[in-house]
Amino acid sequence: MTEPGSPGALPHLAVIGAGPAGLAATLAAAAQGVHVTLLDAAAEAGGQFYRQPASALRARRPRALHHEWRTWERLRDGLRAHVRAGTVRHLSDHHVWFVERHENGLTVHALLGPEQEEPAEVRADAVLLATGGYEKVLPFPGWTLPGVVSAGGAQAMLKGGLVVSGRTAVVAGTGPLLLPVATGLAAAGMEVAALVESAGPRAFLRRTRTLAAQPGKIAEGARYAARLARHRVPTLVGHTVVEAHGAERGAAGGAAGGTEPGTERGIERGTEPGTERGIERGTERLEAVTVAALDAEGRVRAGTERRIPCDTLAVGHGMLPHTDLADTLGCRLEGPHVRVDDEQRTDVPGVWAAGETTGIGGSDLSLAEGHIAGRSVAARLHGSAPDPRAWARAARTRTRLRAFFAALDSVYAPPAHWSEQVTDDTVVCRCEEVTGGAIRQAVTELGAGDLRTVKLLTRAGMGWCQGRVCSPAVAGLAGCEPTPVRRPFARPVPLGVLARAGEREEED
Amino acid sequence: MVGAACALYATRAGLEVAVVDRGPVAGGTTGGGEGNLLVSDKGPGPELDLALLSGRLWSELAEEFGGSVEYEAKGGVVVATSPGGLAALERFADEQRAAGVVTEPVEADRLYDLEPHLAPGLPGAVHYPQDCQVMPALAAAHLIRASGARLLTGQTVTDVLRTPDGAVRGVRTDQGDIHAPAVVNAAGTWGSELAALAGVALPVLPRRGFVLVTEPLPRMVRHKVYAADYVADVASDSAALQTSPVVEGTAAGPILIGASRERVGFDRTFSLPVVRALASGATRLFPFLADVRATRAYLGFRPYLPDHLPAIGPDPRVPGLHHACGHEGAGIGLATGTGQLIAQALTARTPDLDLTPFRPDRFTEEAA
Amino acid sequence: MSSPMDLAGARPGPSFTVTLDGREIEALPGQTVAAALWAAGVVSWRSTRGEGRPRGVFCGIGVCFDCLVTVNDRPNRRACLVPLNPGDAIRTQEGTGHDD
Repeated sequence: MTEPGSPGALPHLAVIGAGPAGLAATLAAAAQGVHVTLLDAAAEAGGQFYRQPASALRARRPRALHHEWRTWERLRDGLRAHVRAGTVRHLSDHHVWFVERHENGLTVHALLGPEQEEPAEVRADAVLLATGGYEKVLPFPGWTLPGVVSAGGAQAMLKGGLVVSGRTAVVAGTGPLLLPVATGLAAAGMEVAALVESAGPRAFLRRTRTLAAQPGKIAEGARYAARLARHRVPTLVGHTVVEAHGAERGAAGGAAGGTEPGTERGIERGTEPGTERGIERGTERLEAVTVAALDAEGRVRAGTERRIPCDTLAVGHGMLPHTDLADTLGCRLEGPHVRVDDEQRTDVPGVWAAGETTGIGGSDLSLAEGHIAGRSVAARLHGSAPDPRAWARAARTRTRLRAFFAALDSVYAPPAHWSEQVTDDTVVCRCEEVTGGAIRQAVTELGAGDLRTVKLLTRAGMGWCQGRVCSPAVAGLAGCEPTPVRRPFARPVPLGVLARAGEREEED
Repeated sequence: MVGAACALYATRAGLEVAVVDRGPVAGGTTGGGEGNLLVSDKGPGPELDLALLSGRLWSELAEEFGGSVEYEAKGGVVVATSPGGLAALERFADEQRAAGVVTEPVEADRLYDLEPHLAPGLPGAVHYPQDCQVMPALAAAHLIRASGARLLTGQTVTDVLRTPDGAVRGVRTDQGDIHAPAVVNAAGTWGSELAALAGVALPVLPRRGFVLVTEPLPRMVRHKVYAADYVADVASDSAALQTSPVVEGTAAGPILIGASRERVGFDRTFSLPVVRALASGATRLFPFLADVRATRAYLGFRPYLPDHLPAIGPDPRVPGLHHACGHEGAGIGLATGTGQLIAQALTARTPDLDLTPFRPDRFTEEAA
Repeated sequence: MSSPMDLAGARPGPSFTVTLDGREIEALPGQTVAAALWAAGVVSWRSTRGEGRPRGVFCGIGVCFDCLVTVNDRPNRRACLVPLNPGDAIRTQEGTGHDD
C-alpha cells in the first residue's frame, strides 16, 4: 500500500491517466493545495495525444510529430515543477485495473510495469478518471491481415516508437484523426497512396455553420490540407475500403536464418532476401485494398471499386471512451460515456471524470474539463463548494467544443450500410474469431437480440480484449443498441494478485 | 434453461408451446452460470433422484445437440483438503453410491494422474464420472429452437389470466394476451413474482454467485474440480458469504472459477472481497493459476427455496398453473428432468419421479 | 527519403541484439518488441488459436491484445507495450501461448 504524504497532511487526489485531461486536473488541483498522485500506464506522461518517443530514443525534435507543442511544454514543465516540489507524485507504468470504494476514501489497484505482474495500491480521498479513449474500427473482409492497423495505432507506433510498418500506406475510415495520421506517416517517409474518408462533402456543408464557428479548428484543417497537398496524398471523400487483400510473401520476402521449419509459422519475414518460405499459413500480409465510392445512402456504388496497392492500411471509424473503471464503481453512463455534472463530478461521491471518457472531444476539450475537475476536487476536498467563476473561461471552452464535436460527430459517421460489406466469413471478433455469419445466425436462428446474448451464444467479445474492439460491430450486425459492456477488470489481472488485492485495506 | 427444457419436452409430448421472456434467451441466471450437470454435490434424496434422471436425459440430448451446446462428459473430482475431510468425503460418497451414483475413490498417488496440476500433498479425492458440463446459454437457445415453440422475447408478463372459477386461461403481456389452458412458471429467481401474479406465494429468493474467467488456456484442468467443503456450502442456510473453490476448464479455453454464495438480494455491485476469495481458493487448489490472468468476472442470482429443493409440478391452489423454478445453483443440470416431469404433468401421464417433495404449495402449509 | 527517426531527430544509443525464434535481430534502446519487429520488417508474430491466422499490431496502445507474443518464456505479452532489453528472446506464439 502506497500512502500519500504524511498522515493528516493535504487531502489526496488520485488521477488516473496522464493525458491532457489528467495533466490539466493534476496541475489545477495541485495548485490549490491538493496532494496528487498521477497514475498512468505509459512510461512517459502525455497520453495518446501527446505520446512521447521513448526517452532512450533520444529524439531531439519530438515536436515534429505533434502539434500544439507549446501546450504540451506547459503541461510537462508544470508537472515537473510539482513533482520536484513534492506536491505531485507521478507513478508511470502503473496499469490500473480496479478502483475500490470504501466508507472513507478509495483505493486504486494497479499492476506495475510492462510485466503487469506485481500489484501497487494507492489510497486516496478522491479519484479523477481521465482514462481517455481508444479507436473504433469496424470490420470488413481482410481487416485481420497483418499490415492492417488502427489509424491511432499507426500514429502511436510512430510517435512512441518512431517506426512505421511498411512503405506504402492507405489511411481510411472516417473522422478527424485520419488527417494527422496521413500527414504524420507521409512526413515520416511513407508513401500515402490515398486518404479515404467515408464522409461526403455534403455532410460537411450541412454543418458549415457550427463548424465555421470554430476558426481555430478551420485553420487546423487548412494546415492539414496543405500538408496533404505537399506530400501529394490523394484524398477520396465519400469513399470506403471494401476489402483488404493479402498475399503470401513470395521468394523475395521469404524467411532467412530460421532455425527449423517448425518455428517459421506465424512469422512474416519482411524484406530480407531468403531461401525458404514460411509455412502454408501465417506468412500472409496486406498487399492491396479495394476502395469504392459511396452513394447518398451510404451504400457502395457498384462499379466504382478500384484496387490500391499498399502494405499498410491505417483505418479508424471514430473514438470510444474507456469507461470500465467508472462503470464498475457504479458511475452512471450516458450512452457510451461517463455522465458528469458541471463540476465534472460523476454521480458516485468522491469520483470525478474528465476528458474523452466523458465524451469524445479532443485535447482542448480535455484540457478544459481537466482544469475544471481539478478546481472542483480542490474545493470539495477542502470542504467548500467551488465558485464556478474560477473556471469561467474553461467552462466557455467546454461549451463551445462540446457543440463543435457534436456537429463533427454527425459529419464523420461510418457509412450507414457498412455492415453489408461484412461477409459471413469475415471475422468480426478478432480475439475469438467469431464470424459475421455466426453473429447473424445467433440473431436469426437462436433468438439473440442484444449484445450480451450474442456474446453468450457466439463468444464474440469474450476474448482477451473483452469486446473493446468488436462490440460496436457486433451490435451493428445484430441490429441492437451498442450497450456498454461490463468489465469488472479494466485489464487482465493475475489470479495471484487478485487473491491478495485489498487485503491490507481490510486489516487496517 | 428450465423454461427451454419444459418447452422441448412439452412440444415433444404433443403440446403447442409459447415461451415468453421479458429479456432475451438465457438472460437471467442461465446466462450467469457455469453449466454444471452435477450429481457429485448431492446427497441421497429427491434432488439426487432428479439429478440422475436429468443426467440420463442430458446424455440423450447430447446425442442430438452434441457440440452445439458444448456438452462434455468430463466428470467431477472432489478433493479433500485434510485427512479428516477425506474420511467424511468417502462416507458421503458411500451414501451416494447406495443411491445410484457412480463414485470412484482416488488415492493420493493417483490423484495427480487425473489432475496433474493440483497442489501437492492433497490426501485424496472422489471421482464422479457422471458429472458433466454444457454451455448453458447455447443449450437454452438450441433446445428452444429444436422445440419449435413460439419464442416471444422482450415481452413482459404483467398478469396471469384466470377464469371466474380461478383456473388459468393464459397470460397478459405488455404486448397482448396469450391464451393457454396451462401456464408454466419457469421464471427462475423471479419465480415468486410470477407466482404472485397468479395469486399464490412461492418464496423463491436470490443467492448471489460470482464466477471468475481466465485467459484461454490449453486443457490444464481436465475435470470439474472442487474442494469437499463446497458440498457443505451448497446445503448451508447461512446468509453470509461462503466461498469454496470450484475450478474447471472449458471447451473454449478459459478456466471458470466459482463458487460464492451470498444473500444480498439482487445487488449487482462488483465485490472485490468475494472475487478475491475465489481467486485465493482457486490458486490454493491449482498453484499454477497464480500466474494466469483473470480477464473478467460475472455474477448470477441462484433461485433458492427455503428447503433447497425446486418447485416442480401443478399448483393445487390454481388449476392450470405449474411451477418449474427454484433450482438454486443446479438449474442447468436439473432442467431436463424438470422439463420431462412438467411435460408428463401437463399431459396427465405418470411422472418418472414422485413430485411430492417438489410440491409448490409446501411452504404455505408450513406457514399455516 | 525521410524516416521517422530522421523526422524526430532521434539519436538513440547503440543498438543491441535480441532474438526472434533464435534469429538475431537488432533493436534500439527504448524500442518496444513491436517497434523492433516492425523496424526489422516483421509484421506478424502470433497465430490465432482457432484458425491459426497471423496477427501483429492492430491498436498499438495495449487495448486489442492482437500483438501477443512470448518474451523470455513469458507468453501473452503485448508487443506494443513491452520494451526490449539486450538479449531478450522473443518467440512467436501459437494458440494460447501456453504449453499443453
